[in-house]
Amino acid sequence: MNILAVMASSQQSPQTAQWPLGGDTFSWILNLLFYVIFIMVFMVYGQRIQMYSMLKEVEGSLYKLKCIKDEGRKIAIETIKEIGKSQADPAARVDRFLEYFTISPQSLDPAGVVWKLEHVLDVRDTRFKDEVKLMAPAADETQANNLENTLEAAMALNYIYKIIRHFYLLGKKTLSLYIIMQIQMILPLVMREAEAYASALKAFAYGQPIGDGAGALIAAKLMHGNETRKVPKDCVVSTVLIEGRTAYIIKAEGPGGNVGKIGEAVKTIIEENEGKIATIVMVDAALKLEGEVVGEVAEGVGAAIGGPGVDQFKIEESILKYRIPINAVIVKEDIGDAVSPMRKEIFDAADKAIERIKQVILERTKEGDKVIIAGAGNTIGISP
Amino acid sequence: MSKASSPTTTKISSFMLMIIFIVLALSLTAIILAINAWYTPGQELTAGYLLLIGVLGVAMSTYILFQTRKRMLRLKIEAPSITTTIECRKCGFKSVREFQRGDYIFKEVEPCQKCNVNMLITAVYREVKERKRERFPF
Repeated sequence: MNILAVMASSQQSPQTAQWPLGGDTFSWILNLLFYVIFIMVFMVYGQRIQMYSMLKEVEGSLYKLKCIKDEGRKIAIETIKEIGKSQADPAARVDRFLEYFTISPQSLDPAGVVWKLEHVLDVRDTRFKDEVKLMAPAADETQANNLENTLEAAMALNYIYKIIRHFYLLGKKTLSLYIIMQIQMILPLVMREAEAYASALKAFAYGQPIGDGAGALIAAKLMHGNETRKVPKDCVVSTVLIEGRTAYIIKAEGPGGNVGKIGEAVKTIIEENEGKIATIVMVDAALKLEGEVVGEVAEGVGAAIGGPGVDQFKIEESILKYRIPINAVIVKEDIGDAVSPMRKEIFDAADKAIERIKQVILERTKEGDKVIIAGAGNTIGISP
Repeated sequence: MSKASSPTTTKISSFMLMIIFIVLALSLTAIILAINAWYTPGQELTAGYLLLIGVLGVAMSTYILFQTRKRMLRLKIEAPSITTTIECRKCGFKSVREFQRGDYIFKEVEPCQKCNVNMLITAVYREVKERKRERFPF
């Protein structure tokens, strides 16, 4: 019996007619009305209620995304003001930067698309560097690289916010359950990514090493104390003796935020040695699956390198030409750890990964052989 | 993106707050009515229902109010505490301090207090206190 009925029955007069089954008439009518309305509302408007609740959920996340995006913009502007010592207010230029886009090349005829993509990415990179120089004229190379990364993180947040807002408004406009549903379903993953970028912003602004730099850290540890030389593009190489083998250790040039062109560097070293390389060991951070432990080290084969695929393609082309075997050692972490300041577990995993690399070299090569060890990832906060 | 848009981001919807406070006020009224009904002969059942509604309403609105506040606190991007480890390559002296802007791994910093050789930043990381993990059988 619902509350209305109870309240009504408590007010009854002695003259009220009794229902044959026990309760009074008024109470029974109220009960019936309540159930009929309840069933009718949920039958006819059930889907609409569900849609509105989904819209509310998306709205809440959108509000959160807006906060994160605004905070990101604020951090970027503050960092530029602090480092760049620019006379003019960088806000307008930052706002323009946040709206930048890159059009990927046409792939109807896929032959040669990698080179086209590489060219577009090079143009984008040059453009970004020029913009940062204009925004922060007093910044040195390291600071400029860090600023570029900060702006890129702010740009990613802005993009995520705009996409979610687009679907939210479209769903509201069309009242289509399916538009709202698809965005509501992927929302937890999108929010996770946005939160990861938000924590990356501060790391980039301060120049702190991030989880993605695990590969670069391992390479830096291996080459520490040895001479380094620059190789194209934005990479350094150091020749180190490991277990009686000559190892060419490659990483992006730090300590500014930079991923370099590891593919180009590996190709250069292979060509310099006329393909006489016994094996290549690629080291990188890799996304872990739920249930796996952060900082777990795993081993496999293939070119362990992220990004748009240009570097992976170049490495695969080079190793195919000379039939060089390629091994991979990865440090597992989730998306949040990859772009936020490096966790202790990932830092500690570097030594375990080095041991694993040495083991691979011992097992797969002979004394006197030449090997390449390439540490992929963003080298922010890691020298050289 | 205008500058004026940023202050609105820290505001919680006033409509939402209004609803929460109306529910809270109604729930409190229900509790008062319940007390009143309790002392009226023959109204004990109504008193019970009113009390139930009142308590549930108060509990739900305060919970939502706390949740909203929690959400507001969470919206700020927190900077985690980062540790920098500095080591002397000669005597092995080790010191740990908070990260400072400009620190990077393998950067040479101030001389060692013991042997006057430049020390080296050997680690920059953040420590995460893991929440108690749920136990899964797999």
